[in-house]
Amino acid sequence: MAEQEVAESVITDEMREAIGKESAPTTLEVDKTGCRMFARSVGHTDLIFYDEEYAKSKGHRSIVAPPGFFGTPVFKPGGGRGEGPPGRGYSIPYKRVLNGGTEYEYQDSVCAGDTLTATTNISDFTERKGSIGPMLITERETTYTNQDGTVVAKMYGTTIQY
Amino acid sequence: MADQVYFEDVDEGAEIPNLMKNCSTQQLVLWAAGSGDFYQIHYDKDFAQSTGLKDIIVHGALKNAFLGQLLHEWIGEDGSIKKFGCSYRGMDDAKQDINCRGVVTKKYSDGGKNFIELDIWTENPDGKKTTPGTALVTLPSRN
Repeated sequence: MAEQEVAESVITDEMREAIGKESAPTTLEVDKTGCRMFARSVGHTDLIFYDEEYAKSKGHRSIVAPPGFFGTPVFKPGGGRGEGPPGRGYSIPYKRVLNGGTEYEYQDSVCAGDTLTATTNISDFTERKGSIGPMLITERETTYTNQDGTVVAKMYGTTIQY
Repeated sequence: MADQVYFEDVDEGAEIPNLMKNCSTQQLVLWAAGSGDFYQIHYDKDFAQSTGLKDIIVHGALKNAFLGQLLHEWIGEDGSIKKFGCSYRGMDDAKQDINCRGVVTKKYSDGGKNFIELDIWTENPDGKKTTPGTALVTLPSRN
């Protein structure tokens, strides 16, 4: 039947109203050990990610946060990771989740010693029918602000549920 | 680190030096700790198989970070990454080559800065681009 082929939207009014609303802030600590650990796990060999004196000799404030590293969320037992990014809690019929992609946009430097505050908002929900069936695509934008109130970076993320 | 690359020396269409990766299970565990992504499909084979995967797979965000390293090593001390990212289009297995590559798509100067746009991606042994993306960097000028 033709009517049955028209997929029903899984986007609810509640979801539409959430677009553009800012999440509660998350605190991330950019420390020396975190920078080193991230750099080591990627395989970076540049000492600006490991050695504070060397980084300073190259004009940096301290050990540099490697590309894609914005600190470690402050973990508290019981509290877990807080409420997490917006958009996870909606009741939709899809069970599987894919990370669709990530883009980072730098506006200023991030170094060990910085404390970042991240806020996230959903910029859009879209629906598409792909080879894996109908899917819901959630676009998020996260803004990282440092201890001086400077916006240092933005992250654009895509999540696919199907 | 390689010698400093300058804006004047870069041509549109040119490929930048590649970066070859091959993730041991140990590297995936290091990344889990370094990134805070502890999803078990990346280091627990039994768990990965219980979700229908053949084996553990490489984190998408790690491949994105590899592209960050590719750019960082190319731009040298005086270059700067303004933007980079990718889409996660295909899974990569551990213990298999991941070739990180980039091609210059555009160069321009604006406000005294020298910008380079690139297509960047990781490629699996079959030549499939598993994480196509783009980047924007600045490079120093010889002048």
